[in-house]
Amino acid sequence: MPFRSRLTRWGAISVLALTVAGLLAGCDPNTPSTLDPAGVAADKEATLFWFILVVATIVFVAVTGALIYMMIRYRARPDSPPARQIGGHQRLEIILAAIPTVVLFIVLFFTISTMFALAQPNEPNILTVKAIGHQWWWEFQYPNQKIVTADEMYIPVNTTVHVELESNNVIHSFWVPQLAGKTDVIPGHDNTTWLKATRTGDFRGLCTEFCGTQHAHMDYLVRVVSADQFQSWVSQQTAGAATPTTPDQIAGKQVFLTKGCIACHLIDGVNQPSKLQIGPNLTHFGSRTIIAGWVLDNTTPNLRAWVHDAQAVKPGVDMPSETTINSTDLDALVAYLESLK
Amino acid sequence: MAIGSVATRGHVARRSWKQSAIGSWVTTVDHKRIGILYMYTAFVFFLMGGIEALLVRTQLAVPNNTVLSPQAYDEVFTMHATTMIFLFVMPMWVGFGNYLVPLMIGARDMAFPRINQLGYWLFLSGGLLLTMSFLFGAAPNAGWFSYAPLTEATPVCLAAPIASAQAQAAAAATQAAQGLQGCFSPGLNMDFWIAGLNLLGISSITGGINFIVTILRMRAPGLTINRMPLFTWMIMVMSFLLVFAMPSLTVASFLLLFDRHLGTHFYQAGFGGDPLLWQHLFWSFGHPEVYILILPAFGMISEIVPVFSGKPIFGYTFVAWSGVAIGFLSFTVWAHHMFAVGLPPLAQAFFASSTTLIAIPTAVKIFNWVGTLYGGRIRFTSSMLFALGFIAMFLIGGLNGVAVAVVPVDYQLTDTYFVVSHIHYVLFGGAVMGLFAGLFYWYPKFSGRLLDERLGKLQFWLFLIGLNLAFFPMHIMGLLGMPRRQYTYAPNLGWDQLNLISTIGAFILALGVIVFILNWIKTMGFTKANAGSDPWDAFTLEWATTSPPPAENFATIPVVRSRRPLWDMKHPEDPDWRREH
Repeated sequence: MPFRSRLTRWGAISVLALTVAGLLAGCDPNTPSTLDPAGVAADKEATLFWFILVVATIVFVAVTGALIYMMIRYRARPDSPPARQIGGHQRLEIILAAIPTVVLFIVLFFTISTMFALAQPNEPNILTVKAIGHQWWWEFQYPNQKIVTADEMYIPVNTTVHVELESNNVIHSFWVPQLAGKTDVIPGHDNTTWLKATRTGDFRGLCTEFCGTQHAHMDYLVRVVSADQFQSWVSQQTAGAATPTTPDQIAGKQVFLTKGCIACHLIDGVNQPSKLQIGPNLTHFGSRTIIAGWVLDNTTPNLRAWVHDAQAVKPGVDMPSETTINSTDLDALVAYLESLK
Repeated sequence: MAIGSVATRGHVARRSWKQSAIGSWVTTVDHKRIGILYMYTAFVFFLMGGIEALLVRTQLAVPNNTVLSPQAYDEVFTMHATTMIFLFVMPMWVGFGNYLVPLMIGARDMAFPRINQLGYWLFLSGGLLLTMSFLFGAAPNAGWFSYAPLTEATPVCLAAPIASAQAQAAAAATQAAQGLQGCFSPGLNMDFWIAGLNLLGISSITGGINFIVTILRMRAPGLTINRMPLFTWMIMVMSFLLVFAMPSLTVASFLLLFDRHLGTHFYQAGFGGDPLLWQHLFWSFGHPEVYILILPAFGMISEIVPVFSGKPIFGYTFVAWSGVAIGFLSFTVWAHHMFAVGLPPLAQAFFASSTTLIAIPTAVKIFNWVGTLYGGRIRFTSSMLFALGFIAMFLIGGLNGVAVAVVPVDYQLTDTYFVVSHIHYVLFGGAVMGLFAGLFYWYPKFSGRLLDERLGKLQFWLFLIGLNLAFFPMHIMGLLGMPRRQYTYAPNLGWDQLNLISTIGAFILALGVIVFILNWIKTMGFTKANAGSDPWDAFTLEWATTSPPPAENFATIPVVRSRRPLWDMKHPEDPDWRREH
């Protein structure tokens, strides 16, 4: 029937168009695409995906082809013969069971061989980073470099990075699609993963285990830089907090110390550390380009909006809104925080 | 009985409660009436779950949308899955099974009619309890698999007067910072979930036992296990899965209840508990559950495709026993939901292998259905279109399921929209398409009326186009890094157009459901009983009695000599029993 085959054709065309649209959309430079790998592990995983896609496409075309052929060939017409009362064919059935078995075991072979190929490379000079999942932001500690930071993770290119995953609240999942598949971050479990980036650039990381109200805003930025750039970042992060210089910044430091910020935040050398400080360390906040799990980019107006009314920007977050703060204090605080390069 | 006739006898004119319109349904123990109650109730929950799906898709249509607050979004996506799984698909299958199994096996009722009645009312109570949670502003909000410790609380924090959400969160964070266990779900939300699911669990287990005893003990003379209709086979496998899988959920949820209300620490690290215990217990229920949702649809397709091809199923024994194999293997694959939790490589290899094994009987079934068409005389009724659509769409759900069973690929794709696409190809492309194939096929038996074929075909095309628009782009979203369960997303990550297309698809599906409701209204309101006892020239015993069947189903219990007793009656010159030996 022309009606049905036309619809089938339109179906095929629209699926094709969707695929093309999707691939074009994937060209967006910000897309954290698993099919645009920039890491050793992600590359192996993408290769395996393409293999599965080819196998699946062949199977789909073969089976739906047979289905559509039968539908056309054996549709009831006034002159078609009565149906043949065949209840099966033992040899054919065994063959039909054998085909998927063979195909699936080939897939299983590549599955298991790739699994073992994804073990962390045994190399000297491996950098260790501890990634800690909070509700809802990531803290990054570099134990050997004595760096504590948040939201942004710097790693050198072509270097194996060992990542220790820790949570003392709920389950999160650590995922940088372009660098490696995900590993869950589970309270009481010492999970680890590893990254080895093959090119420099900024890559989006995402939390991929549902972890509460602001699960959507628990992204982070992995910045893959050259070895030299990494060293200069380390020197910058290990230096003390910048001393305020302008009157605004000096006033802002006083706001930080007197308006309650210190209950949750630490600036090394400025206020006393405490176990109750549940917010991110702000010693080098001004050097970071994103705020609070990438809910905003770190620009002056954004930072002002965030400090003024965090609950409106990210409902449910631990940080309280400070809507009663006067605008002079707010501007001073923002100026001070931005000076903390 | 008319009231007047009683009054004329001089008695007080009063019908008994059991004879009134409502009372006769409330007190019924008839398997057909209970089946109809199940099906209509499940359909109402289907509409609720559908509205929840539309809310989710509306919120995600464009980036940074604010139709739903984050809290509301969490409740709506959790209740969408919970409703569709526990209040729609499962009870719908139990409804179909209730109505059809005794008819198909030539029995007069289920083995335990009163337990059957209890099962329905427990299901309704559980469903109402879960739904009622919205009225308390406390609908379950931790996803349908409710991972601990996000679902945890302590008796102390539950007893505290409820301050603002922010104050609660701050208190929880402070506790966590001090090394105390947090209170991550302090509201009633999870308690509604636990209570509702346990009522439904009891209902499912009683239903399962009832089906098993009915099928094993009450078949008509001559109807051996090997001659049973394949739908009955699949209901039997589903029933064994219900009986053996539901207790695991009961245990898991009771331990959570103890943690929350008695101060135990089963799922709390730092006190000797382990969050992964929840995942193991939940998925050792949760994976058999997936097959509970799909096996009865396999059974329906195995009835419908042969009838509309005019010939027996290709490879009856393969189809029946592959269903049994799937049932057994479904208990060995649970940790393939947990490839990212850091299991040892050997364990991951084991679960990858068992998942590979379970794909084989599933693939065999697809070949059997396609093979059934060979040499047939295919009639493209609405029912058959849904059945053929089921085969193609379920095939996609199987193939993208293989992709996520490949462990290294799953490291990338688990908990992304790719998985959302997979479950919807299986559950919408599979279970729901199968359900509508079954509805168009058996509705005439339930009501004596044929549903409108033209509206049925319109609905089929709306479904086929809508589901591919809604769910195909989700593959690409997942590959492009979009995690599931996000209440919103940032623009310009390559996800914007795909999400909009998906939302359009969801509304096309809604249109298809509206067409079905119009079809039902037209059929019930404006059509005369036109079905006759056997409108499709079918093969099995339910078509040997009137539509709808009388109380107790058959005037005399038929004697069965083959897999297609009705074919034998209609073709005495060429009966099956002569072929089957």
